[in-house]
Amino acid sequence: MQTKRTVFHSRVLPYFLLAPQLIITLIFFVWPAAQAIWQSFLRQDPFGLKATFVWFANYTRLLDDPDYLNALGATFVFSVGVTVLSMGLSLLFAVCVNRVLRSGRFYTTLLVWPYAVAPAAAGLLWWFMFNPSVGIIPYLLSFLGYEWNHRLHTGDAMVLIIIAAAWKQISYNFLFFVAGLQSVPQSLTEAAAIDGAGPFKRFWTVVFPLLSPTTFFLAVINITYAMFDTFGIVDATTSGGPSQSTNILVYKVYADGFIGLNLGPSAAQSVILMLIVVVLTVVQFRWIERKVQY
Amino acid sequence: MFKKLSMAAIAVALSATSSLAATEVTWWHAMGGELGKKLEEVAQKFNESQSDYKVVPVFKGTYPETLTAAIAAFRAGQQPAIVQVFEVGTGTMMAAKGAVYPVYKLMADNKEPWDPKGFLAPVVGYYSDAQGNILSMPFNSSTPIMYYNKDVFQKAGLDPEVAPKTWAELATMGKKIVDSGAAPCGFTLSYAATWVGLENYSAIQNLPYGTLQNGFGGLKTEFKFNGKEQAAFWDNLKKQQDAKVFKYGGPGGGAETAPMFYAQQCAVYMGSSASRAGVINNAKGFKVGFAPMPYDDTVTKEPKNSIIGGATLWTLNGQKNPDVYKGVAKFFTYLSKPEVQADWHQFTGYLPITNAAYELGQKQGYYEKNPGSDIAIKQITRGTPSENSKGLRFGNLTQIRDLIDQQFETVLSGKKTGQQALDDAAKAGNAILREFEASNSN
Repeated sequence: MQTKRTVFHSRVLPYFLLAPQLIITLIFFVWPAAQAIWQSFLRQDPFGLKATFVWFANYTRLLDDPDYLNALGATFVFSVGVTVLSMGLSLLFAVCVNRVLRSGRFYTTLLVWPYAVAPAAAGLLWWFMFNPSVGIIPYLLSFLGYEWNHRLHTGDAMVLIIIAAAWKQISYNFLFFVAGLQSVPQSLTEAAAIDGAGPFKRFWTVVFPLLSPTTFFLAVINITYAMFDTFGIVDATTSGGPSQSTNILVYKVYADGFIGLNLGPSAAQSVILMLIVVVLTVVQFRWIERKVQY
Repeated sequence: MFKKLSMAAIAVALSATSSLAATEVTWWHAMGGELGKKLEEVAQKFNESQSDYKVVPVFKGTYPETLTAAIAAFRAGQQPAIVQVFEVGTGTMMAAKGAVYPVYKLMADNKEPWDPKGFLAPVVGYYSDAQGNILSMPFNSSTPIMYYNKDVFQKAGLDPEVAPKTWAELATMGKKIVDSGAAPCGFTLSYAATWVGLENYSAIQNLPYGTLQNGFGGLKTEFKFNGKEQAAFWDNLKKQQDAKVFKYGGPGGGAETAPMFYAQQCAVYMGSSASRAGVINNAKGFKVGFAPMPYDDTVTKEPKNSIIGGATLWTLNGQKNPDVYKGVAKFFTYLSKPEVQADWHQFTGYLPITNAAYELGQKQGYYEKNPGSDIAIKQITRGTPSENSKGLRFGNLTQIRDLIDQQFETVLSGKKTGQQALDDAAKAGNAILREFEASNSN
């Protein structure tokens, strides 16, 4: 790849040009992050009248806390579920749309719509549809002999938030998959067809491997989404229940910090979440961008 | 045209200056819907009654959201003068000594009349310190009562004028209702695992909730709600659920409980006395009966008073303009007036906070005209309160209630017995209490 090199003659100008972005980053990202790290070492009352420095007490308590370990497990199940479901479905849709010649654009528009729905609104929507007393889906399921109640059954609750969260992400994944599919050269699939490969074989041996950069990129994006961007959905549908089964890490930070007013432990949890983001980002940049090759 | 405009401009300018003259007192509250409108009316009437102070009510969302917002604002030095805090936040507020301006002191400092004996004893008891000083201004207190569907009772062949007195009677009646097909569910509980199903159950049956007089005696308290009676009660609810007699309506206040009652799915609903207005508005097409909470005759023959919920008004320290506190004191005096209290109580179903307001209601013949409207006050004032029925005072009770809800759900899904779940809840709750003790002692 060729890179353009720009040479600045003044020493001040580059810093000056960078300043707006740097200031925003410092004020909105670095400062709060530093605050969180500082608070995670403190034990303080809600009003901030007294604070004691407790070193790593908040962290050690967290790792001994069965609820926290449970939240880690729930987050794992949740993010894998969301990623697999949303990517699987959007790949299916993308492949379908890619085969449609004339109305492809129309379908694309329709499939992108859900992305514009706010998470809390999406959560509420699903809350209504799955509501055990008035929802349409429990009503339909009851004909199949299944008594849906995500207030009581932990499995139902997890399925509900996975569906709600995955649904929102389908549009995003879909767009990337469509773009990825369009960049697969037609000549390759044609050549495979001439060699006698059927549509199924052509997809798995030619198209899917060529899509792998898109797939890996989306996997990281989806895991990040499921872990950090799903607060609104959990809050609107299950509020972490029943019996903590859907209390994912990001929701627990909120529940402990904002509802429970336990600031130290809550800050410690956000610091751990922050570390997870750092790891995911490093994986994305160092590993995926370099190792995934055609 | 120009003339009209300039007149309008002058009018605006005049009204702006007149409101500038009044000292603004911000009041953060958590009353939405009908209650919120009524609250704003109270503030507006106070503003019209004098011209020195202007109370500005601001709706801040749910109770937990309001408390969190006020705390965040306090940390940033932007706190309101008055904040409405729900009863489970009492422990947190009382421990925050530097942040709170106790109401008894506020009234004395500003030379406003203040008569602690004028308030209903079970209400102020909840909000007083160990020396008996009232720390926050009682505003909206409620207690759970039983609402039942008279039409469904009749359809099931029960006497619609006789409500179940005990939990055992409720179970038998519930079974009859379900078996006869009069309704698909016998009863539902709001705050099934907390305020109604555990806190008030313990108080009415005179069972301890925690050591040190349910936490009134200090921060070293430990939970005792995992007694065998409460465990048997939870097991019984699970049994009733399996028999379709009891239906769970979600954690916390139970978002689905009242709708199930309105839709005539459940024949009995237990919830706050302040739901009265809502119940009457929503119970379309059937007659509603009101009754005290049932008691457990396997535990007690003499039910104690129930305990309160709802909220009080806390004054926060740190207002830059000392006049604001004078306004707060004046506003509190206004709020305790019998007419104001009686109006609020009769409109909302919250308890009358002062004896005078209750007497005024009696004189007006309000309770005769509205049968069932005095059940809450009679239930809360019956007998002599014991250490177990005086109330609760625990730090971080919001968080503890959440975890009790979660344990209750494990009982309902059959994963744990009542005893196991309550033991686990007490253990986890005690850990939170110790954390609270550590962060609030010097």
